Amino acid sequence: MNEFNGEIKKMMIILSKATLENVYAAFVLANGARMEGIEAEMFFTFFGLEAIHKKKLEHLHVATVGNPAMHMPTMLGGLPGMEALATSMMKKEMEKIDMPDIHEFLDILKASGVRLWACKLAMEMFHYKKEDMYDDIDDIITVGDFYKQGSGLGTHMLFI
Amino acid sequence: MEKTIAGKAVAVNEEGYLTNFAQWEPRVGSEIAKEANIDLSPRHWEVINYLQGEFKNESPLSIRKIGKSGVVDIKEFYQLFPNAPLKTSSKIAGIPKPASCI
Repeated sequence: MNEFNGEIKKMMIILSKATLENVYAAFVLANGARMEGIEAEMFFTFFGLEAIHKKKLEHLHVATVGNPAMHMPTMLGGLPGMEALATSMMKKEMEKIDMPDIHEFLDILKASGVRLWACKLAMEMFHYKKEDMYDDIDDIITVGDFYKQGSGLGTHMLFI
Repeated sequence: MEKTIAGKAVAVNEEGYLTNFAQWEPRVGSEIAKEANIDLSPRHWEVINYLQGEFKNESPLSIRKIGKSGVVDIKEFYQLFPNAPLKTSSKIAGIPKPASCI
């Protein structure tokens, strides 16, 4: 009855960054889990909160500085407009592969049963209020609450 | 490999997806659904017909596309096929497993 063969039952994904590539990675992993019949919950903390902040989520950028995969000299990546350029190029590519924008992606996650939690400590630190955030977040909770959500066999945690 | 589903011999792959859509019949779909603990309602069939239509048009499937299909929204899709909806419904529809990540 209590047989457990090591399968993944639940993914707990912590998003601490607001760069577009990290936000998308976290969203794709959460959605991909649900598509496989795996439960998924997300905890948005520190800069990761921007991905669920109503006014900021439309304006997330790709990192052009400190990102070796951009194959761009760091000095150049810091020039005005560089991030915007890289971001608009990436968004165009994403549209081609049918990748939703951040807001639509949140709607998809929510409809798929992904639970979305905002970190209480980070919310206080940035002086964000619940009404600043995406309407369908589940709640604002502590780290301890989040760990409790993850209890049970077959839960995996991922920090992005 | 060959498998007998609802009394009909069909070719399936190692995951149980039909490899020849021409062999699919509604009773085969119902039987695959039963194995997944799903009783097919008229709503299920609407979705399955849509999936088969997309397959015939060689149009790749994704969760996002299901949501924009006008046939079913994502929430209801998960209610109809609770466990891995895109995979399960594709298997029932007799079409290949979608290779999409979104």
